[in-house]
Amino acid sequence: MKIKQLSLFLENTSGRLVDALSLLGDARINIRALSLSDTSDFGILRLIVNDVDKAYQILTDKHYTVLKSDVVAVEVEDRPGALVDILRILKDAEINVEYTYAFVERGGEQAILIFRFDDMEKGIRVLQGKGVTLLTADQVRTR
Amino acid sequence: MIFDEKHECMPLDSLRELQEKRLRAAVKVAYEKVAHYKRVFDENRLKPEDIKTLDDLDKIPFTYKNDLRDNYPFGMLAVPLHDVAEIHASSGTTGNPTVVAYTKNDIALWSHVMARTFACAGATPNDIVQNAYGYGLFTGGLGFHYGALELGASIVPTSSGQTKRQLKLIQDFGSTVITCTPSYSVHMAEEAMASGIDPRTTTIRLGILGAEPWSEEMRREIEEKWAMDAIDIYGLSEIIGPGVAVECPAKNGLHLFSDHFFPEIINPETGERLPDGGRGELVLTTLTKEALPLLRFRVGDITSITHEPCEACGRTMPRIAKIFGRTDDMLIVRGINVFPSQIESVLLSVEGAEPHYLIVVDRERGLDRLEIQVEVSQQLFTDEVKGLETLRDKISDEIENVLGVKAAVKLVEPQTIERSMGKAKRVIDNRRI
Repeated sequence: MKIKQLSLFLENTSGRLVDALSLLGDARINIRALSLSDTSDFGILRLIVNDVDKAYQILTDKHYTVLKSDVVAVEVEDRPGALVDILRILKDAEINVEYTYAFVERGGEQAILIFRFDDMEKGIRVLQGKGVTLLTADQVRTR
Repeated sequence: MIFDEKHECMPLDSLRELQEKRLRAAVKVAYEKVAHYKRVFDENRLKPEDIKTLDDLDKIPFTYKNDLRDNYPFGMLAVPLHDVAEIHASSGTTGNPTVVAYTKNDIALWSHVMARTFACAGATPNDIVQNAYGYGLFTGGLGFHYGALELGASIVPTSSGQTKRQLKLIQDFGSTVITCTPSYSVHMAEEAMASGIDPRTTTIRLGILGAEPWSEEMRREIEEKWAMDAIDIYGLSEIIGPGVAVECPAKNGLHLFSDHFFPEIINPETGERLPDGGRGELVLTTLTKEALPLLRFRVGDITSITHEPCEACGRTMPRIAKIFGRTDDMLIVRGINVFPSQIESVLLSVEGAEPHYLIVVDRERGLDRLEIQVEVSQQLFTDEVKGLETLRDKISDEIENVLGVKAAVKLVEPQTIERSMGKAKRVIDNRRI
């Protein structure tokens, strides 16, 4: 139940983000979610896109440093407290969240949380055991 | 003041006679006591007796920094360790430092040539010398210390760094001579002005500055900032440390103490000796060193020489011009020798693969700043910020370990470092030297 995310190394200088993203826009790659971690010198741009392999190819062709990595997509109701419920489950199972970001589905009723855990397999097992909905790549692409 | 007038002003023919006598003895000792020289002589069917005069010198093959490295740590010594009084080392290019050793007599010689140096620069026994060269394995600190001691001046051994304390002691002790790298003297002056002290009003009247190349423009800037004489000094640990050559107040070339260290200027490509005034690589032969005698050592610095006695001070010691540059890619950062290959080996050891990198040297407020830009390749990349920060800090720590100088490591995107002729450009030096 893992999905592929693209991580992109960017220098923290003006124009780097637009340069990278316009490559994807020109190739008609749709970004479903993104997050940017930054330090004073560099940043890591994380993307969920509709065509991971094509986006990877385009970026590596242009000499970007790109990594495909595994994350999980958790579907929750878009209501106050929904994220906390998930985090409690993780905390009780002693699973650490390396990072997370979120987006709201098109219908607006559900939200999707992207997670990276220190122990991915255990995280998936625990969430599924609690009846939490994990989405497949296809589901993320179409919702 | 001339500390050793008998030798420093020796008539040229007597000087040559003395040099030749010392050369014959030095060659004999090197051949008999140092396996490296015995092998080199035997391989070239050369006998110590073949070297009779200074004109025979070019029969002897050159000695390179690599020979010292290959014989790490003590293979080049001509005396048993029992007779060694002091050991110094500078950072190495391939992991091993370059080791230099001194007998008690060598330390006496070092003290003597450094006392000559102080006097030649214009210092006297009445001066209070604040020695802001680093004490330790680096030869700068102790070399100046011994010289000031031998001269009879008062020494304040502050070592390098702690600029605020340096300034306080200058004011409280009334130090009259400052010894440090030229860039550090600029940094000190700027720190002083930032904290409301005008360096021109301090008791400092003379700076004896070296361990890195610097320009006439920088000299003017330093002399104006401090209202002092700024004197250039030259030396290298393989030969003795500081104390090889120094300017007199006329600032018209550096008097090289050739009764102990015999200089040649060669064409670095062909190895041929150049006449006076020709610009080439400095080659030095130690005539009186006991522990580490070196014959025709390729120093790597580019300069020219004149044997005309100095009209200003009367010394007959030949004069070399201010150093123009290097024959190799060695950088001098805060007085420390840095080779790009050292940085390469650190990157290799940290990540197992050699990423593209660029060394950028800047001078900010008088202090050299070393930045290493490293391209983040797919292999180096991790998806987490902390992973990249760990990588960056590891490289930075390891570089400081190997070089003895701090470097800021900056992770950059692939293909951002300029490549020329397929090979990446390794160094950008933005300092105006």
